[in-house]
Formats: sequence, C-alpha cells, structure tokens
Amino acid sequence: MKVWLPLDSAAVALGADEIAEAIQSLAAQRGVDLTLVRNGSRGMVWLEPLAEVETPQGRMAFGPMTPEDVPALFGDLAAHPKALGRTEDLPWLKAQTRLTFARVGLTDPLSLQDYTAHGGLEGLKRALGMTPAEVVAEVTESGLRGRGGAGFPTGIKWKTVSEAKADRKYIVCNADEGDSATFADRMLMEGDPLTLIEGMAIAGLACGATKGFVYIRSEYPVAIRIMQEAVAVAQRAGILGTSVLGHGPAFDIEIRVGAGAYVCGEETSLLNSLEGKRGIVRAKPPLPALEGFLGKPTVVNNVISLASAPVIMAKGASHYKGFGLGRSRGTIPLQIAGNVRYGGLYEIAFGLTLDQIVNDIGGGTASGRPVKAVQVGGPLGAYFPASLFDTPFGYEEFAGKDGLIGHAGLTVFDDSADMLEMARFAMEFCAIESCGKCTPCRIGAVRGVETVDRIARGDSAAIPLLTDLCNTMKSGSLCALGGFTPYPVMSAITHFPDDFQPRRFEEAAE
Amino acid sequence: MLDSAQTAERVTEILDRHRGMEGALLPILHAIQEDFGHIPQDALPIIARDLNLSRAEVHGVMSFYHDFRENPTGNHVLKLCRAEACKAMGADDLAAHARRELGIDWHETTRDGKVTLEPVFCLGLCACGPAAMVDGKLVGRVDAAKLSQIVGGLK
Ligand SMILES: Cc1cc2nc3c(=O)[nH]c(=O)nc-3n(C[C@H](O)[C@H](O)[C@H](O)COP(=O)(O)O)c2cc1C
Ligand code: SF4
Ligand code: FES
Ligand code: FES
Repeated sequence: MKVWLPLDSAAVALGADEIAEAIQSLAAQRGVDLTLVRNGSRGMVWLEPLAEVETPQGRMAFGPMTPEDVPALFGDLAAHPKALGRTEDLPWLKAQTRLTFARVGLTDPLSLQDYTAHGGLEGLKRALGMTPAEVVAEVTESGLRGRGGAGFPTGIKWKTVSEAKADRKYIVCNADEGDSATFADRMLMEGDPLTLIEGMAIAGLACGATKGFVYIRSEYPVAIRIMQEAVAVAQRAGILGTSVLGHGPAFDIEIRVGAGAYVCGEETSLLNSLEGKRGIVRAKPPLPALEGFLGKPTVVNNVISLASAPVIMAKGASHYKGFGLGRSRGTIPLQIAGNVRYGGLYEIAFGLTLDQIVNDIGGGTASGRPVKAVQVGGPLGAYFPASLFDTPFGYEEFAGKDGLIGHAGLTVFDDSADMLEMARFAMEFCAIESCGKCTPCRIGAVRGVETVDRIARGDSAAIPLLTDLCNTMKSGSLCALGGFTPYPVMSAITHFPDDFQPRRFEEAAE
Repeated sequence: MLDSAQTAERVTEILDRHRGMEGALLPILHAIQEDFGHIPQDALPIIARDLNLSRAEVHGVMSFYHDFRENPTGNHVLKLCRAEACKAMGADDLAAHARRELGIDWHETTRDGKVTLEPVFCLGLCACGPAAMVDGKLVGRVDAAKLSQIVGGLK
C-alpha cells in the first residue's frame, strides 16, 4: 500500500504528523506493507491533511483527514467518509496551469529519482549545452519578472551580473518571505526543493557564479530542514559541487537562516545580514548586481523567480511567455489566504480578475459573510474594495489602481473587519520592523500609530495629518518598507471612509 | 548556572565549528542561542575577539534581530501570529484570550517561569489561521478552546 501525506508546514499545523503516525501504526498492526511518502502539499489547504492512496485508477484523495478517518483507509476506499475521488480530477487543481509548481505534491521532495522522472534536470542539462549569454537571453525572452515584489526583469539582472568582471560572483536566493498571506516560497522549498537548487545552478551557469546562498527565514523550520537535506542530495548526485553534473563549472549552495527581521527581505538588508551585520538597508547605487555580497557581483532573486528558470529552460522561453497578460508574462502562484473558504496556492497565468480569484476560486469568505476587502501584496500592499474587483491580476494593472501585486498573496476580510485597525496595524508593523535608517520610516510610523489613535478617538482633523504623514513617508524613505506602508493606510482611508468616521467613537462608548 | 569558564568553552567550540564561513556571525549567534537558550552576555567579548569586531558591534548585530534574546525564556515559548491574514481570522481576540489566560503581555514570561509569550509576524500558515508555534511546533486554526488546551498541556 502506497500512501502520500504532506510534510508541508500547513498540513503539519493541521495534524499531518499525527495522521502519519496513525497510518504507520495501524499498518504495522495489520501487517500491511506500507510505503508512506511525505510529499509537498497540493495547495488545497482547506483539505489538509490530505492523504492520497495509490490505486489502479490513480491516486485517490482523502481529506481533511482526522485520526478517526485513518482506519477506513485500510478498507473499501470508495466508501471512505473523506473520499474526494482522483486527485488529478479535483476541479481546483485541474483548472490550474502548474509550471513552477508542477511537481509540488506529486513527488517525494527528496527523491532525485522522482525528480528526474517528472522532468527535473532537463532545464539544467539544456543550459549546460548553451553559452552563458544564450541562457541569459532565454530567460530574458521568457518575460520572467522578479516574483519577490518589485517585478524587475530577471534576465536583465542576470545579464548585469554575467557581464561584470570579478574573481567571485554569488547567487543569493531570497527566501525571507515575510509578507503575510504568502507561502509560495515555503511550499516550493518544502515540496520541490530540487527545483530551486536547479534554478540556482542555472543562474550560476548564466552569471559565472560559483557559490549560492539560500537565506530562509527562521519562522520556516520545515523548509530549512528540507532545503538542507535537498542540498545534500544534490551534492551527492554531483548536481552541486566542483563541476555541475560532471561537465559544467563549479557551483555549490549553502543554507542560511534569518533571525526574525522582516526588513531582511529587502535585498540589500539581506546582503548585510548574510555578511553578519545588522540588516540595515544599503543605498543604491551600487546595485547588488555589481557590488553585492562582500562587494562582489551578486544576483538576488526570489525563490519563485529562480525556481521558474528550470521550466523556462526545459520548455523554452516562448512556452512560458505564451501565458499571461500584457507585460506580466507566464504564471503566478496566487496565495489565497485570510478569511476565505478555499484557501491555498493556485498557480495560473496572469490576468484573472480579483473577483474570479476571491469569489470563484476562493469561494468567498470562510465565515460566509460578505467580502469587505482584500489586501493584495502583503503588508505593503493596498486594500481593495469590492468595487475594484474587476482589476486583472498583473503588475501594471494593479499599479494603475494604486496597488501592487507584490509576492502575490491575497488576504480576504469579511465585513466584520475594522479598516481603521488595519491602517493602525500597518503603521505599527512598519514601526516595529523599520531598519532605522530613515527618519520618515522610523519616526513617521510611530507618529502614524498615534495619529490613527486620534482618529479612533473621534478627532477627524487627524485624517489630513495622516495623509500628510503618508506623503512624507512615501517621498522620504529609502526602501519600500517606509515607502509603501502608505499603500495599506491610504487605501483603507480612501475606500473605507466610514471606518474612519467619529461614529466609531460613539459605538465604542456604548 | 554556568560559570564563565564553561560558557567560554562552549562558545569557543561553536566558533571553531564556524571557521572559514563567509559572514559567520548570524550562524554563530543561532548556534549559541540553540545551545544556551539565549545569548549569554559573557559570550559577546569572546565572539568579538574571534571575529575581530568590537563587543559593541556584536551586541549591535544581536540586538537588531528579534530572534536573539539576552535572557532565558520560560520553559515553553508560545508564539502567536499577529499578521494580517491571521487577524482576518480573529487573531486579535485570540491574543487577548492568551494574554488574559496567562496573565502576561507580549514578550513576558508567566510568574511560575512556565510560558513566554511572543508575537510573530507570519508563519506561512496564512490559509489556516490563526496560527501559532508552541516550542517550535506549528499549529493552525487555533481558537480559544484549542489555545487553552495547548497552554493547559504545558508542563
Ligand atoms: C521591506 C521589504 C521586504 C522584502 N521582502 C522580500 C522577501 O521576503 N522576499 C523577496 O523575494 N523579496 C523581498 N523584497 C524585495 C527584494 O528587495 C528584491 O526586490 C527581491 O528579492 C529581488 O528578487 P526578484 O527580482 O526575483 O523579485 C522585499 C523588499 C522590501 C522593501
Ligand atoms: S524606509 Fe524604513 S526600513 Fe527602509 S531603509 Fe528607510 S528606515 Fe530602513
Ligand atoms: S536615509 Fe533616506 S531619508 Fe534617511
Ligand atoms: S499571517 Fe499568520 S501565518 Fe501568515
């Protein structure tokens, strides 16, 4: 009997380890020959822990599993109370276009055999037969833009590093993923770590870099463990080491762990942190591409940017570019979170409207109440009201509505949400996480909290003050922490003015 | 209590393990905290001397990061997510419940030394919030009852 049960953090947080134990002990009791694979998550978080059982008809899904549901897995599967049918037929999964996440949930994350059986290493092998300039050109042609938030074309960044002359160059993978509502990096690292390793090796070939770092936030213990094990697997197999796959140049990877600072997701702060310094943001120029880690040319890319390189190299730039909308090419792993009925990871071409994402895919709120707002792009992203739900998911499209897509996380709120409290939280978060370099960010955010509190006490004259403060933060901050915190704040005021009216005071006094 | 000779010995052993690493200070601080449960002040001059930094520089790095603590925690550390997606699922009420039940505020430890309460900004469990981490174990969809059960189970 072959069973898959995710090792993914979300599945584990919902009891997957206990289910795994129950399956194993019951199999032992009954003398069943069990192969239990701890896979990545299929991304349907509301069905986790999701068990899959191999049958002649394919992999059958069961979820959300509780310990009481385990014995029935050893009986008539069709009669199982949590039977969902064949995994690949589940409509939520079937409608996706999984390029970057093609193997996540399907394979054993640490099995190289599984990896290559499902197309792994094809991209790297093709890259090994090309010149660095050709690899850079392919990635540029794919239209891939940085998935960490800023949307900078990945190929152009690689070109700068590739053409820089230096004795050492580095590939740094930004796995700091601090934005609320985002977990794509985590799921990829836990579910298909070899793809990230392959992507980094391709970047190394393209840029002439021999050393890579993955900087993973400390809040991700499972991802850290799986990435460490996967690097060891890749080293043993000769994917990493003195010669990539035995006929390329050297490339090796080291896993580093962050220490709970949100700002260290900003690329120059991250580089300082990697160097063992305080995570203070550096002024640009110099660009990290020219003077990055220890002053050497460095690619800093998000996990998903790097993990998309293998499929681009394997299937060709035009295949990837064929998906998408406008200048947002390829697919994007949407992370649907918060108060939502069907939350999880959904990879699809750019271009769905917010309404399709939140209502059709997400099924509306978990509470069953009306959707009030959706925050798109994490703590520095704007709150969108239902009246803007026709906005298509793309970099320019969201910028046009005073928002951003960021790392593609979406937080759904029902009508009980208090948008003044959310504006206050945005300022508080900025105050807590500021690196301290700029006054408008460090001090402005503290003033911001105080000003929101004044509004909450019924002082509506404080609203223009808050607007002014936001303008100062926007124009006087070195990085997007201070510079973009005004997005959630101003969008809350603009789209939900009722929540900032003195009436709140009367209610509070009741 | 450890005497300073014992501290020095363990810190030196950790420093030796990290020799030759590029930008080793964070990995060193993590290893020390893992070993001691916090970063003993006695360790700072030893690290500083070894890495050719001033004690103030090492302290500056340590204090920049939320993870590193100067003082020991309670026997257990309960981290509750305070970020947006968990707030959308009632994290604020849950945190209020936890503070009431434990009788402490954020960053504090119960008087019996049993539990330290820490905020965390996202655990990547945003589609199954409110999220918590109890001594490194992840828990999703935490409600007041589940939280009381978790806290009650801590020894
Ligand atoms: C405060 C702040 C936090 C950030 N956090 C992250 C992060 O967690 N992960 C990430 O990839 N990029 C993050 N970024 C963006 C990075 O600075 C950088 O643009 C990105 O890593 C570049 O990679 P990409 O081009 O592949 O997106 C952050 C930026 C700021 C200002
Ligand atoms: S905006 Fe804030 S976080 Fe960014 S560099 Fe300035 S002080 Fe640091
Ligand atoms: S450093 Fe940029 S405004 Fe202060
Ligand atoms: S917002 Fe709480 S786990 Fe992400």
